[in-house]
Amino acid sequence: MVSPQSELSVALWRGGKDGVYQTYQVPTRTNQTILDVVTWIQRNLDPTLSYRFACRVGMCGSCAMTVNGRPRWTCRTHVSKVASAGRLEIGPLENLPVIKDLTADMRPFFEKWQRAKGVFSPSKTRDDAIEEIKPDTPARIAADKAIECINCGVCYAACDTVRWNPDYLGPAALNRAWSLVNDVRDAGNTARLKAISADGGCHACHSHQSCQQLCPQTLNPTASISGLKRCATHAYLQGEIKP
Amino acid sequence: MNVRLYIWQRSTAALMLPLILVHLALIFYATGKGLKAEDILARTRGSIAWASFYGIFVMAAAIHSAIGIRSILIEWLCLSTRQANLLAVSLGAALLVLGFRAIAAVVLHG
Repeated sequence: MVSPQSELSVALWRGGKDGVYQTYQVPTRTNQTILDVVTWIQRNLDPTLSYRFACRVGMCGSCAMTVNGRPRWTCRTHVSKVASAGRLEIGPLENLPVIKDLTADMRPFFEKWQRAKGVFSPSKTRDDAIEEIKPDTPARIAADKAIECINCGVCYAACDTVRWNPDYLGPAALNRAWSLVNDVRDAGNTARLKAISADGGCHACHSHQSCQQLCPQTLNPTASISGLKRCATHAYLQGEIKP
Repeated sequence: MNVRLYIWQRSTAALMLPLILVHLALIFYATGKGLKAEDILARTRGSIAWASFYGIFVMAAAIHSAIGIRSILIEWLCLSTRQANLLAVSLGAALLVLGFRAIAAVVLHG
């Protein structure tokens, strides 16, 4: 069904780092998402347009782009929510290299997950009994609050500190580290706290809170980073880690 | 910023907070009472208490500001960590020298 305003004016980033915005006219539809708009352009106007998506239902975290200046998950962002006077400007995520058009290179983002020791480090073998995890313990509650990250990169693209300091691990990697710090089954905390206490780690965060404001999963990476600051400071004062 | 610098910066901030309040109260007292330079010097010269108070203040301010400037140099001027360390240490040293020179001027007998 066509909605009252019949066309959107959509500026899309085309090319690599030195690309430019190119404007397309797209028919409006009710309940139209940003991903619908991009897909319509690729299928009807320019098949060479590159962008990334998979699930289309807000689970996979692969379709994030910059929409009218803010990073958004495009499959769950309705045009009616973000269009300004029938205009949209859609670009690749910021703070990441551009591969082509709307596709950002996510490698630095995931490399920082590795640097922050965001990988589960088991404390038991397959021969041990399965550990009982009580959901109402403070550590589990803290882990649960941080655990629903879909790796979309929205927080990373929104972060001023990442923009200013490319060495900074970023909200997603630190949020992941916090969920593991609070996982009683994990045995890698000393190495993890050491990693996130070095230059570019959690102490570089200025608590601007853009990450928690724009996180599509309504997580609060700023709170996770504050928790890491407390844990790392305590571990350093106890002599458990040396940055 | 790493955890060591973070602890130094936060602890010097916590230390400076009461010192700043005393310092401000002192300024209001001195101006409110209309004290002249010789009145102030009469109170400060030879005073181990004022020398200690401002000595701690100067050291805390030098450490705190050097760490803060280091972050600004890295984040806003895109300097390397090595360059930022060098400039931040230079600033801290300059503040120490200037601060202790000022303390000496009001505490030591002329």
